[in-house]
Amino acid sequence: MPINYYIFLSLALFAIGIVGVLIRRNAIIVFMCIEIMLNAANLLLVAFSKMHHLQQAATQASAGTDGQIFVFFIMVVAAAEVSVGLAIIVMMFRNVHSIDINFLNRLKH
Amino acid sequence: MSITQILFWFLSVLALFSALMVITSKNPVYSVLWLILVFFAISGHYLLLNAQFLAIVNIIVYAGAIMVLFLFVIMLMNLNKSNEPQKNKWLKLAAALAGGCLLLVLVAALKNAETKSAIAESGTGDIGLIGNLGKALFNDYVVPFEISSILFLSAMVGAVVLGKKEASSHPSGEEA
Repeated sequence: MPINYYIFLSLALFAIGIVGVLIRRNAIIVFMCIEIMLNAANLLLVAFSKMHHLQQAATQASAGTDGQIFVFFIMVVAAAEVSVGLAIIVMMFRNVHSIDINFLNRLKH
Repeated sequence: MSITQILFWFLSVLALFSALMVITSKNPVYSVLWLILVFFAISGHYLLLNAQFLAIVNIIVYAGAIMVLFLFVIMLMNLNKSNEPQKNKWLKLAAALAGGCLLLVLVAALKNAETKSAIAESGTGDIGLIGNLGKALFNDYVVPFEISSILFLSAMVGAVVLGKKEASSHPSGEEA
């Protein structure tokens, strides 16, 4: 498939994630939208790694492996991020009995 | 239209529709279920790109572990009712407009990029197989791999520390 299609698909997924972060007040759904954005970036990295592989395969057989390793590490970081983030949400729920992110604005004061 | 193209369009539409449902569902549990569908669609894309290792890891890690964690939190805190306070209508409109503008700008910027002839090979190439990725991971990327284990350890400790009830902890909590 042409790389353009993958670029636009990833952009659309990323934009949906951004809109989700902006319009929802539920902290868990905001968190899920961040996961959508991470996955859009991952998809684009894999598509580019395959494009690179196709272009460089004649000179270097393992071209493009790095991109997929990067995706693997992004997944690792995302898993760690989710565990800490959900712990923060649980703690917030325990304190204010709501997961409305508008309650978090006390950090401003 | 070849079968690859049909699958590509099907998976793309599925991913976009599910992502839209994630951000529009009232009930957080439905959002999680739609998000699992997004992850399966993206795994399908990885399979089309012959990145089999990442497809499996995506299903195991995201759809298997992370989404179960989300569901646990939603169920444990009994949030599966749709009484979420809504943002006001104009704020939502402004947010959707801002996101749409971002999409428009990015698409306009990349529409004429020098990638017209570039093809992402699908179905061929073996860099996505677990053998090749394993060799690269344990030869060139050993140090990041080990560092990521430290990251996991610190994330685990952080999650436990954050999740602990602080009522019984030492008096430093009262000073704050």
